[in-house]
Amino acid sequence: MNGAGIIKGMIETARNLAGSYHDKERLTTVQYPEETLPPVENARTIPFLVYDGGDAAAGLRCTACTICEKECPPQCIYIVKDMAKKPDYLGKMQLHPKVFDIDIAVCMSCGICVEVCPFDAIKMDQVFELSTDDRFGGLLWGIKQLAKPNEYFQKLHRTEASEIDARREQDRRKTQAAAAAKAAVPAPAANLPPPANKGAAA
Amino acid sequence: MSRLDQIFVLTGHWLAGWAPAALRPLASAVLAIACIMAVFATCFALTTLAERKLLGRMQNRFGPNRVGPCGLFQPVADGVKMLIKEDIVPFSADKTLHFLAPIVLTVPIWLAFAVLPFGRNMTAIDLDGGILFFFAIGSASELAVFMAGWSSQNKYSVVGAMRAIAQMISYEVPLVLSTVPVLMLAGSLSLNDIVAAQGTYAFGWLARWNVFTPWGLAGLFLFLIAATAESNRSPFDLPEGESEIIAGYLTEYSGFKYALFFLGEYVGLFAGAGLGVTLFLGGWHAPVKGLEWAPSWLWFGVKFAALIFLFIWARATLPRLRLDQLLNFAWRFMVPLSLVNLLVAAAWYWTGAWPFGGAAPIRWVLCAGLFIFPYHWLGRALRGPLPPPRKYSYAE
Amino acid sequence: MLNEIIFLLCASLTLAGAVAAMMLRNLVHCALCAAGAFAGLAALYLQLDAQFVGLAQLLIYVGAIAILIVFTIMLTRGDEVRPGASIASPLWWVGLPVGALVLACLVGAIMASPSLLRLPAGAVHAPVRKIGEALMNRYVMPLQAVGLLLTAALLGAVAIGLREPRDAESKTQ
Repeated sequence: MNGAGIIKGMIETARNLAGSYHDKERLTTVQYPEETLPPVENARTIPFLVYDGGDAAAGLRCTACTICEKECPPQCIYIVKDMAKKPDYLGKMQLHPKVFDIDIAVCMSCGICVEVCPFDAIKMDQVFELSTDDRFGGLLWGIKQLAKPNEYFQKLHRTEASEIDARREQDRRKTQAAAAAKAAVPAPAANLPPPANKGAAA
Repeated sequence: MSRLDQIFVLTGHWLAGWAPAALRPLASAVLAIACIMAVFATCFALTTLAERKLLGRMQNRFGPNRVGPCGLFQPVADGVKMLIKEDIVPFSADKTLHFLAPIVLTVPIWLAFAVLPFGRNMTAIDLDGGILFFFAIGSASELAVFMAGWSSQNKYSVVGAMRAIAQMISYEVPLVLSTVPVLMLAGSLSLNDIVAAQGTYAFGWLARWNVFTPWGLAGLFLFLIAATAESNRSPFDLPEGESEIIAGYLTEYSGFKYALFFLGEYVGLFAGAGLGVTLFLGGWHAPVKGLEWAPSWLWFGVKFAALIFLFIWARATLPRLRLDQLLNFAWRFMVPLSLVNLLVAAAWYWTGAWPFGGAAPIRWVLCAGLFIFPYHWLGRALRGPLPPPRKYSYAE
Repeated sequence: MLNEIIFLLCASLTLAGAVAAMMLRNLVHCALCAAGAFAGLAALYLQLDAQFVGLAQLLIYVGAIAILIVFTIMLTRGDEVRPGASIASPLWWVGLPVGALVLACLVGAIMASPSLLRLPAGAVHAPVRKIGEALMNRYVMPLQAVGLLLTAALLGAVAIGLREPRDAESKTQ
């Protein structure tokens, strides 16, 4: 019959109209900024520095090795080393950065800095609400803005963080076991010269 | 409740009483004009908002809901935006025509409201040839479309204007023809008489609206399609289809002139809907005898809102018609059907004199059949042979 | 008094439109001023309380004939007057005696007609119903003849439009 298709179409839109008032899953609109889409684990925008524990200065994993600075393609990382060494999670004395600046306007989210970091110190963040009205420095982030706790890293990238934490825990146990084994050597042998494989336990 | 029903009339008389006796008719005319323009301009603002929200809901999304509660101040934001936009006139445009076109479009359309009966005793001017005035004025706004397209000195504007005028002229014929049965059976061109003819009640309770007759139903259907096309509204919005021809004859207009065109289109829609209510839906009468206590202007408003909802619903559902489809639809489908509708109305009139008891349903079925068969055959004839079912060949 | 003012307004609008339709250089402007003159005429009819004629004038002249004129101009692009050239033809002075002759004939006919000697009747009430009844009873044969003429014109137009080859016709699909 003529016009049957039009009637079917109008019924469909009427169903949409009525359904949109009582059927929550019809309206797929996410009303930003009151609602946000759930985050995806592998999303990435700009890097951030991970620190363990509560204190950003003491627990910062970064040892200012400057590998990321050298590998960054647009060269947006600027590091100045602080020559005073601090112990890391294994007890070994490491350098740490005095200045660690990333120009997030230049950063292209390639993630190369994350791939090359030997210390799991720099990871990709997912923040995107980065606009500022400060043209001359608002987009140059230093340690204070880049350092974020390990709990935050675990929330963002659960699998990666768990794997890294498990590995670090294992390393810590091995170091402690080695240190305990070293301290358990008997006292008369303390006068003997230190064993040749001293460096193997570190 | 007749004081509530006549509240606008009484207020108008009281206000006009303040003017000196010689100027009283002028004062009451100015009051009527001001009232109509205020009401329908507000209606325009609310309709733009309602359209966006309803279109959104029909497309499974929210409409504007940021500006004010439920987006109620969105028309204000739109109005401010239109007012502060820069008015760009192309260098080689015909300046006088470019300036006059929006004015020549909007003025006749506002004039058309003068003859619509909005309630009991609420017609601004009770003309003897009310419908003729309405159609005459409506046809004067087509020149404005041409002026707009020509003055922009832009190929696409001219092509868009040609298409728009072709569409408007083609659909004027079914528009007028579909209202002729109403005039025939009411016996008058005056809109007040037509509304009065629909004021009696059949079976003691159901109003004798024209839409409850087969020719009235068909006539309303044809009238609404033609009114949609006259107002360049989807699915007949080829002249202003953004993906087809930028904006057709509106391309070179910005700022307030564009707002005037926009206003003209919507106000033309309101005028068409108002006429549809008057001719087919019983004007300001209540549908059943028990509901007569509600004010007459409220009934007009409810029916008017229902028609506007129908227009918005059609816009949300139907795709745009191509130019040749549009014109073929007007000339080959709607004009013959309007003529058939005339015959159906004549048949209804003659069978009205049947004296036997079960006359009403038989009459209805007979006259409805008299319309449905040509509708079906004409549709079949125009559709032509369907293409054979498609054969898909895939690369192996 | 108000009647005279309105009459003067409408008449001057009509005359201005008609003169502009002759005198303007741009053809489209001329066409639109002619449409304005038609509208002025319609206003004059309405002022004489001839509702049907006035509204029909608007509907037909402004709504259809003016659009026909502009379409014709658009599709044919008649010769624009060259800038600097005069809009009057070289034989413009022939118009003076011809115009005077036509004026003399019109004035003579009006002065000699008996309608000037009749007392003005009361307001003539010509509602649309009376016109319809007259058309259907007394003037039904001229109406049918005009209908036949219009049908013939329509058929001619369709025949001209149909002359394109069959396969170029578009189908409603």
